[in-house]
Amino acid sequence: MTRFLLPLVAFLVLVAFLLIGLNLNPREVPSPLIGKPAPDFQLQQLHETEKTLTSKDNLGKVWLLNVWASWCVSCREEHPLLVELARSGIVPVYGLNYKDERDLALQWLKQFGDPYTVSIRDPEGRTGIDYGVYGVPETYVIDKNGVIRYKQIGPVTVEALETKILPLVRELQG
Amino acid sequence: MSLSSLFGSSISRYRQKRSGLQKGSFGIKRFTLLLMLMLVLPSSWAREAAPVAEDPEIERRMIELSEDLRCLVCQNESLAGSRADFANDLRREIREQMKDNKSDKEIVDFLVARYGEFVLYRPPVKPTTMLLWFGPFIFLAAGAVFLIFYLKRRRRRQIEEPALSEKQRQQAEALLKEGKGNNA
Repeated sequence: MTRFLLPLVAFLVLVAFLLIGLNLNPREVPSPLIGKPAPDFQLQQLHETEKTLTSKDNLGKVWLLNVWASWCVSCREEHPLLVELARSGIVPVYGLNYKDERDLALQWLKQFGDPYTVSIRDPEGRTGIDYGVYGVPETYVIDKNGVIRYKQIGPVTVEALETKILPLVRELQG
Repeated sequence: MSLSSLFGSSISRYRQKRSGLQKGSFGIKRFTLLLMLMLVLPSSWAREAAPVAEDPEIERRMIELSEDLRCLVCQNESLAGSRADFANDLRREIREQMKDNKSDKEIVDFLVARYGEFVLYRPPVKPTTMLLWFGPFIFLAAGAVFLIFYLKRRRRRQIEEPALSEKQRQQAEALLKEGKGNNA
């Protein structure tokens, strides 16, 4: 009896491991930046190019930093949600226009709507590297002290917004 | 018309003309066309060349370092081998930091601080990676223990269980006796 039982148990254990492995998302690499101060930047604004925005400008408020680009297909997926979120006024959304051309970015915003309080430009992706960006879109929740509290990799979904982002934002706004 | 038929036909025509050739008249136009195609096509197929490194020593160091780093976009490729735009950016970053006389360790720390230890193909040995590092040896040891027990049990069974039962032994003896009797 044990002759068959042992291989069967071993097989089931293997299946369990494989199932767990299949259900993990290898794209979601936990960011080491959670709980750390948001990296400094001083970047040109997308609309008013003579102005800049720095990471210190938003101290004292909870804000979202959404990394986007006009060439990014998944950004279109999440965009209506961001527009809606911005309209609700719950939390300001800032855009980091990542490795994009200004003309295309402006045209994209005109076409799909502009949810961003301010968009800033990172044409060479250097600030992106500081923030550990590797797959656009990505969204960061940054608290009043300028600390990154959450990172959404990939498009913001209704589920992520309802279960993670909004509760966290409310808690941080406290 | 496919490329090969274009080339094929011009070559065969070239041959035809040559065989019945008057000197100087072998399809100059066609030959020039072929030559132009040969010149133009490869350059239009090729990708734009990456800027050649100014400093081969830094390039060598950069490639050596980035072979042990994971590209996060195409996760089974190293930073050295990936053609993703992202990998390109990180290689640029590494190159620039090397120019600023940063050590390999400083650069790796810089990347780990931003992307986590997932970028390392050789994760450091620490409590959370113990299983990763020593798991295979645990499996090996478990397999060895199983094998030893299995072999021992098999040997014991062979010793305990006589090869022939009492009845079989008697039959064999009878046969042997019979044989002896016949021979004698």
